[in-house]
Amino acid sequence: MILNILTHFDYTLMIVSIGAALLGTVSGALGTYAVLRRQSLLGDAISHAALPGIAIAFLLTGSKTPLILVLGAAIAGWLGALLILSVVKLTRIKYDSALGIVLSTFFGFGLVLHTLIQRTGNANQAGLDTFLFGQAATILERDVLTMGILGGIALIIMLVFWKELKLLVFDEGFAASIGFPIRALDILLTGLLVIAIVLGLQAVGAVLMSAMLVAPAVAARQWTDKLNMMVLLAACFGALAGVSGTIISSSASRIPTGPTIVLCATVIVGFSIAFAPNRGLVWHRVRQQRHRRSLKVATDRLLKQQRQGGDAL
Amino acid sequence: MAMHQIEIQLTAIVVAVACALPGVFLVLRRMTLMSDAISHAILPGIVLAFFLTESLSSPLLILAAAGTGVLTVVFVELLQQTKLLKEDAAIGLTFPALFSIGVILISRFAGNVHLDMDAVLLGEIAYAHLNRLEVFGYNMGPVALYVMGTILVLNLAFILLFYKELKLATFDASLAAALGFAPTLIHYGLMTLVSVTTVGAFDAVGSILVVALIAGPPATAYLMTDSLGRMLILSAIIGSVNAISGYWLAYLFDVSIAGAIATMTLLIFGLTFLVVPERGLIAIARRRARQKWEFAQKMLVIHLLNHEGLPEAEAESEIAHLHEHLRWEPTFATQVVKYALNNRCVSQKETQLTLTEQGRAMARQVLVQ
Repeated sequence: MILNILTHFDYTLMIVSIGAALLGTVSGALGTYAVLRRQSLLGDAISHAALPGIAIAFLLTGSKTPLILVLGAAIAGWLGALLILSVVKLTRIKYDSALGIVLSTFFGFGLVLHTLIQRTGNANQAGLDTFLFGQAATILERDVLTMGILGGIALIIMLVFWKELKLLVFDEGFAASIGFPIRALDILLTGLLVIAIVLGLQAVGAVLMSAMLVAPAVAARQWTDKLNMMVLLAACFGALAGVSGTIISSSASRIPTGPTIVLCATVIVGFSIAFAPNRGLVWHRVRQQRHRRSLKVATDRLLKQQRQGGDAL
Repeated sequence: MAMHQIEIQLTAIVVAVACALPGVFLVLRRMTLMSDAISHAILPGIVLAFFLTESLSSPLLILAAAGTGVLTVVFVELLQQTKLLKEDAAIGLTFPALFSIGVILISRFAGNVHLDMDAVLLGEIAYAHLNRLEVFGYNMGPVALYVMGTILVLNLAFILLFYKELKLATFDASLAAALGFAPTLIHYGLMTLVSVTTVGAFDAVGSILVVALIAGPPATAYLMTDSLGRMLILSAIIGSVNAISGYWLAYLFDVSIAGAIATMTLLIFGLTFLVVPERGLIAIARRRARQKWEFAQKMLVIHLLNHEGLPEAEAESEIAHLHEHLRWEPTFATQVVKYALNNRCVSQKETQLTLTEQGRAMARQVLVQ
């Protein structure tokens, strides 16, 4: 088994695995904030909203250079997120509806632009399938380098603003009252999420990218109550899901990488929810049983004492 | 207009209205994202049923997929009940996992079935009319129209029959429970409808854009009205307008119809967000500007009233010095004086300001408040 995996470990696979691991690390760490702020689905909206950006970047420059398309994706995703924030702030429309509208209509607009590109007969078009499901096999060394640099910058910004972001996550009202620029921090955090998402588009695609933000963070949450541990664990879980998903999908034919990575992340969540100490369901059940047993012992003893006491009388 | 154009538009309208009606309740109950989750999570159901029936519009497929949709809702709620994660995270975990299973199933058995991933995700209403219903050899029109028409009637019937219950469960779930209206039952009824509608619609518009049809018109209508009945009617109208204008936009530029309908949904929502009276961006900006001037005017009349008839009154009501007393920018002070003069709250005598009766009354009223 292990030998089998090792022989499979050729150069391409190694590059793809490193890419997936990087992606898992960055999205796991940054997803922690989204999950704690109950904005788990913001990533879903951003990744779908990125489509028109890619199309416009292509229409404007006519080039398929990944960096230009990624920039377009990032700008569109970020604009979508800002639109959500301002609709929620200025109208009575709730977060979920604003998110749903931005997600689907931006995507629809992207689809319109995409068919427009197709119609002009430009064979050089960026594939829609690639955007939707990613194409991990096409990850090259220079992509991994880009991912490393961009993801590294995002993580460094996260560390620099650690205290501010922590306060934003746990007590926004207090942060505002002692003079932190809440709105700016919100926009910054959204910007970091956007970076994580556009990094992941190539590997897992738009539809499944949200899972890469949510799953590692939810799994990590079960093991710890501390933010720094949670970020660290989420990054590790993300990397683990990335690498294991890549290896599994390469070991058999016709198993797409993106969905496999997502399923690996889901398995990690399932394991954590079941077995994490203290919070996990199994532990919860064990504790319940123990309480029940000790309660039974106590009542038995009490009854016995009463009976003996009654005898004495 | 050619026959097939009328058919496509009719189908688009029926799909849009069928989605908008349950959408109203999702928007009000803050559950819009459940439709996003359902529309993705039904994929494995569709794939498995497709293996059995080999047709995308058979009733069995719709039932199986709708069943998967309801299962998704149950699963999300079970996860939430563990109290180990919040609702948004539960949704964000469930549907990508189910969707992944669907994608893997399709690509593993892609050689054996004619199920195109793009068709499921994106749909194409222009092809929906190619699949026609034939009864005794007579051409009765596109199948999609009949499927969605049935679903529309179902949705209408459910909403009309349980209007009172839906209303109560939406606005005050605990009162509904206390009165014995079984809000859980209503909830699952609604979710079943959303599942069936989503499955019916994905053939035409695909599973991502169906969210635009479900959330867009109701949210737009929500900006316009405070009444549930009116919101339902407005949503249906807006949905139809989006569908028709989207069709012609697509016709004009020769692009994806479903995408164009979603684009029109965004445009009309954005337009409403800008111009709707009272709740629109422009109305908000104008109200804020007006409040700024009114507040400044009130400050001015109170200031004048405070010093009226006292020895320092002459110095305090000198127009040129007002900005010092009230700590305003000189230009702002001039503008406020002009505003107050226009409203006849003060009158000007050479360089002095005096209160009019109206201004005095205003200052007193503000001070009492």
